[in-house]
Amino acid sequence: MENAMVMNPKDNVAVCLAKMNAGETIGVEMDGKAVGVALKDAIPFGHKFALRPIGKGQNVIKYGEVIGVASSAIEQGRHVHIHNIESIRARGDKQ
Amino acid sequence: MNAQFMGYRRPDGRVGVRNFVAVLSAMDNTNPTTENIARTVCGTVPLCTPFGRTQIGHDFEMTLKTLAGIGRHPNIAAVLVLSLSLESANRLADMIRPSGKPVEVLGLQECGGTTGLLAEGIKAAARLVLDASELNREPCAFSDLIIAVECGGSDTTSGIASNPATGMFADRFIDEGGTIILSEPAEFMGAEHLLAARAVNDPDRRRIMAMVKWFEDEAKRAGVDMRGINPTPDNINGGLSTLEEKSLGAIVKGGTRPVVETIEYADPPTQKGLVIMNTPSAACESMTGLVGGGAQIIIFSTGRGNSIGAPVAPTLKVTGNPNTAQRMPENIDLDLSDIITQRTPLGKAADRIWQNLLKVASGKVTCCEVLHEQQLSVSRFGPSV
Repeated sequence: MENAMVMNPKDNVAVCLAKMNAGETIGVEMDGKAVGVALKDAIPFGHKFALRPIGKGQNVIKYGEVIGVASSAIEQGRHVHIHNIESIRARGDKQ
Repeated sequence: MNAQFMGYRRPDGRVGVRNFVAVLSAMDNTNPTTENIARTVCGTVPLCTPFGRTQIGHDFEMTLKTLAGIGRHPNIAAVLVLSLSLESANRLADMIRPSGKPVEVLGLQECGGTTGLLAEGIKAAARLVLDASELNREPCAFSDLIIAVECGGSDTTSGIASNPATGMFADRFIDEGGTIILSEPAEFMGAEHLLAARAVNDPDRRRIMAMVKWFEDEAKRAGVDMRGINPTPDNINGGLSTLEEKSLGAIVKGGTRPVVETIEYADPPTQKGLVIMNTPSAACESMTGLVGGGAQIIIFSTGRGNSIGAPVAPTLKVTGNPNTAQRMPENIDLDLSDIITQRTPLGKAADRIWQNLLKVASGKVTCCEVLHEQQLSVSRFGPSV
């Protein structure tokens, strides 16, 4: 059984459903095929990792929708969270 | 009629899943005596509000409307309204009386102070409970029920497991003639286009977008980055990175049916089907509005874990997070974590929600009820003067 879940085929991130260490390979189903992604960071249960490289300023996609933008370049297999993505909406700090 | 659960038919035709006598404080001043009466009289629930004095305009109207809506709520058989004076008690009681249920009023000043109000209140509440205890449950239909779907203490499992399972239940429940309320439009942000596309008419479509814009403008006006506020620190620890991600996971608990109506805080739905209520994202404020609008049961999906329930309406806690189910089992009515650990199909999880909901509708108590996890919190829409 895969330890990660991709919510929509358009997504560039997946949700990790186990506590994983850096250097481990995580199984994920993409386009109906089971593939392995080598993790470059430790990923806590329920957190996201990049399925593909995501350039700085590019949209981060989950559920097939935009959940934010990359605030720095993200390599495949990296932890994707508040340190490297940010919200587009309700940014009172950017007014 | 196809009997589907056993409920209490009220004089106004609505159906209760509980038979409480409410001791309702019309303002902050009479909260202590309200609590003391309810502690003494078995079968009562205390309904206390931290405000109510010198509120003005829209804010005061909303407080009165919400408290009156809770007083009229079909899970309540009878109401004892307390206030500092009979005049302010009656102002609220007069809005509850059209429901046809027994309503009594007491003023602290007229009763000769705290001990007089306490003695008179205990006598009145005891009488109301003795009478209410003679009411019996009778067969009722799903179309008699308004169920609200809520989430709190969310994490990524909410959007993967407990919310989609709740959403699948919501679809089936609507197909059987019931009504579902989805609330908290600030947590539609980033996903509002998906809900707006499901509105059955243009005014409701525009209203959904406007509700979200209002909250977004408020956040911008505060000049802050919402992160750390919403998503909250526990949401973030649970893997949610942005409000957009939280929203996309949150709206799925409302299922996939058309949005038939949009309503304001504590307004009762007038349509059957999926209804959106405009409430703030804080669970206690939102649930108070949902109960004010007549929701008899709340399904509350949590990821990281959350204990609080609505006043008056049984609140069924579900989680898809295996760690939470294990760590705080006394707060979880339904553990759906096998969706994650064993890839149980969502349809099977929705079946279990349905079975549990039926039991709760017919009288089984929830974790929130047995642990007194209930909080009334009417939203404020302006300052007291």
